[in-house]
Amino acid sequence: MTVTSTPRAAPTSGAEPNGSRRRRPRLSKRSVPYLLLAPALFFELLVHIVPMLGGLWMSFLRLNQFFLREWMSAPFTGLANYRFALDFDGAAGVELLQSFGVTAAFSVITVGVSWVLGLAAALFLQRSFPGRTLLRGLFLVPYALPIYTSVMIWKFMLDRSDGMVNATLSDLGLGGERFWLLGNNAFLSLTITAVWRLWPFAFLALMAGLQSIPTDIYDAAAVDGAGLWQQIRTITVPMLSPVSQVLILVLFLWTFNDFNVPYLLFDQAVPSSANLISIHIYQNSFLTWNFGLGSAMSTLLLLFLLVITAGYLMLTSRRSRNA
Amino acid sequence: MREPRWFQWVRGVGLCLLTLFTVIPLYVMVTTSVKPLSDVQDTFQWWPSVLTPQPYVDMWSTVRLADYFVNSVVVSLGAAAFSVLIALFAAYAISRYRFRGRDVFRFTVLSTQMFPGILFLLPLYLIYATVGQATGIVLQGSHIGLIITYLTFSLPFSIWMLVSYFDSIPVDLDEAAFIDGAGPVQTLWRVVIPAAKPGIAAVSIYAFMTAWGETLFASIMTDADSTTLAIGLREYSTQSTVYWNEVMSASLVVSIPVVLGFLALQRYLVQGLTAGAVK
Repeated sequence: MTVTSTPRAAPTSGAEPNGSRRRRPRLSKRSVPYLLLAPALFFELLVHIVPMLGGLWMSFLRLNQFFLREWMSAPFTGLANYRFALDFDGAAGVELLQSFGVTAAFSVITVGVSWVLGLAAALFLQRSFPGRTLLRGLFLVPYALPIYTSVMIWKFMLDRSDGMVNATLSDLGLGGERFWLLGNNAFLSLTITAVWRLWPFAFLALMAGLQSIPTDIYDAAAVDGAGLWQQIRTITVPMLSPVSQVLILVLFLWTFNDFNVPYLLFDQAVPSSANLISIHIYQNSFLTWNFGLGSAMSTLLLLFLLVITAGYLMLTSRRSRNA
Repeated sequence: MREPRWFQWVRGVGLCLLTLFTVIPLYVMVTTSVKPLSDVQDTFQWWPSVLTPQPYVDMWSTVRLADYFVNSVVVSLGAAAFSVLIALFAAYAISRYRFRGRDVFRFTVLSTQMFPGILFLLPLYLIYATVGQATGIVLQGSHIGLIITYLTFSLPFSIWMLVSYFDSIPVDLDEAAFIDGAGPVQTLWRVVIPAAKPGIAAVSIYAFMTAWGETLFASIMTDADSTTLAIGLREYSTQSTVYWNEVMSASLVVSIPVVLGFLALQRYLVQGLTAGAVK
């Protein structure tokens, strides 16, 4: 045991029998971890951090189609883009507010329904029975499909006055001449499509969480006379809360930033009832080439998500400390 | 858990409803892919008037599906390979070394998952254009630009998963290799990677799926020569007709590889997920 690969290791070598954990730092020269991290850091900087800072900077510029060629020389306008975006007396401000409301409703409903369906399926499949593995795999298929294929399927089913949904509704005597991809119905179509491909992820995560709950807790509760519903409410759901907390946050961020589902479902003409914030910003940026305004709205979105995430993490960590 | 009668009923009904919800769209996809065009232009029918394999033949000529397929394969394989390779190094550093900035790095990388894609799409677009003008390296509209972009999308999750896998591999194995005179990279290669194979496979399919399905950046960063499937499949809708039967046959063909890969490896993804969440 005289092998010491680094100078830093020498002082700790006397403490070797303390176990492997404390010996970890000794494996290295000091620069090795940084070298190992360098590629990841480089690409994160290139694609995420620098563009994000660039976006922040662009939001203070008058960067419209006239300055796009020489975007470095676009004039500085201070908070003008923000003032324009948040002017709720003007058309742009009202549209942004409306889009924000639609996005909030869409996220809350989609995440809530996905979580409930995921939990239900995880509970139903907890005990083994013939066909369980098959169902488990089947439920995961919508999540595994590429987004554009699952949205295409729903677009086909909802499309036209005599598509699959309308044909079935009229066969059942429930009317069925509705346009599902226009007007207010578009919101429902968007939500169902999003839930269809997202709930399996909740199922996957909650199923994994269920497996980590020791079964003897249930046995003890049963001896105390707790019914199944009580067991689910007082044991299963609270014990799942570490998984649920992470899951709900991730699902919320995904749905709030969702671009793909409305973009693919409605093509260029997204109805205002389904005009999610990412679509709204995209259209303001790339159709009118006003990158300054688009960046200001994106920055506001990021700020909002930061505040929500920080608040959520504080709330959940306090509650779990009190529990 | 002892199960009362009512729960068995609820489970039966619940599973039936969830199965219908899942299966009906899949059924529609499969049956539509073997319908003649006249069927999909007419009122919806649950069963094709004639079963025909024609959409599977025609889909290759209606749009340049083969080109888009190749583009998607190149971009997704490239992004997955580089993402996993980079994540292996980073995860090894985080799992095996204690160094200044370690927690900052972990936190920053994870928090990039939160950024709205739309926020850095605009600046990235300009950065790629500027790099192209300045150095002649074409990132805008090229495979390499998409590979670089996509590899970072899966990087945070890949690093997170691999760290939890590496943490479960005893450090004693590393030390034995060190004593034999191996450097960190050799140790990673010879000791850690063989022991973490399932995790690496799971992360690879995840990275591949992420790139295979991406739409937002593809809609801006591809041109006629680099169009990926996410964008290319929309060309089945023309001014006059939507070739829905070919949309479905093409969708089926491009979905099967990722769905099978995901189902085969989802077990390991779950292991990584729970290891991360429980900690």
